Amino acid sequence: MPLALPPQDSPSWQSPVRAFAWGVRSVGSTVLTLVLFATYLGIGALAHDTHFSLGWVLASTALVWAGPAQIILISTLGSGATVVQAAIAVTVSAIRLFPMVVSVLPMMRTPETKRRHLVLATHFIAVTLWVECFRLLPQVPRERRIAFTHGLGIGLCAVCLTATALGYGLAANLPQLFAAAILLLTPLAFLLSTARNCRQLADILALVLGLALFPLASQLHTGVDILISGISAGTIAYGVHWWRERE
Amino acid sequence: MSDFVGDWHALLVLVIAGFLPNEVWRMLGLWLGGGVDEGSELLVWVRAVATAILAGVIAQILVQPPGALASVPDWLRYGAVAAGFAVFMLTRRSIFAGVVGGEVVMLAGKWWLG
Repeated sequence: MPLALPPQDSPSWQSPVRAFAWGVRSVGSTVLTLVLFATYLGIGALAHDTHFSLGWVLASTALVWAGPAQIILISTLGSGATVVQAAIAVTVSAIRLFPMVVSVLPMMRTPETKRRHLVLATHFIAVTLWVECFRLLPQVPRERRIAFTHGLGIGLCAVCLTATALGYGLAANLPQLFAAAILLLTPLAFLLSTARNCRQLADILALVLGLALFPLASQLHTGVDILISGISAGTIAYGVHWWRERE
Repeated sequence: MSDFVGDWHALLVLVIAGFLPNEVWRMLGLWLGGGVDEGSELLVWVRAVATAILAGVIAQILVQPPGALASVPDWLRYGAVAAGFAVFMLTRRSIFAGVVGGEVVMLAGKWWLG
């Protein structure tokens, strides 16, 4: 499904509206859209099974816009956790968004860009958009990148809202095996896309140690187990990186 | 309408427990990110911590599975993800092939268990 974006000097890029349209069209050019669609089918079905309303889960897709955070929110609230416990679990899982935003935004900035121009694009940043921005933005003229990202983000969001509603509607008739298969997509897709984005030894070590330390930290039952295993594993990985740089 | 969104209390919970704690990291990135140099050591550490936290999220879904995933035995969940990773490495890092491989192992295992 490769989509050839027009060359940078093409008239297609002269208006922000057409750049936005190219962003929307790019949604069809990546296999990650398919993974996202199936993931949100799963989130819709999970919300139905935990007795949330359709409007609630659609609002969560538009407002939260991060698969793991939504799965954690729905499953912790569904299992009777308090609002504070759920908020802590969600915010810990969302720390990863910070370095993603920090690394993507410089690609969209021009000297004239104000911070408020980037608010909506920042909201759309999650794993899929982060990966796709690195792949597609270098082919887009710099002054059209924000409009392009808005198109890509709104397009992906529309796909996910459709999938959420579909999953919610189908949940009652969904065989349990299929529901299990779509819930397994999130860990698989996240593990593999993170593994592919590992650039340095520190990233690889952080991934491996993070997987290994969570089961240990979860024995502590602190409610912030992911934060404990994540900061320890990340800091050890950074320590090894720092020590090797000094050699 | 009330059936569609449920009660307003539920929406308030969504904003307080879901939207705000998630969005704050994006907006902090927007607010503070301007001054961070892309190659800086601080960002190497932040990225390592973020990667390890993401790994923790992956591990949590596998170790404490939500919803229907809990019907799949532990060894089969871990085996399916390991198989998906092996396929990913063997196909020169194709995410699609790895995801399909992992899912096929899980479905085959469930079918075999009956």
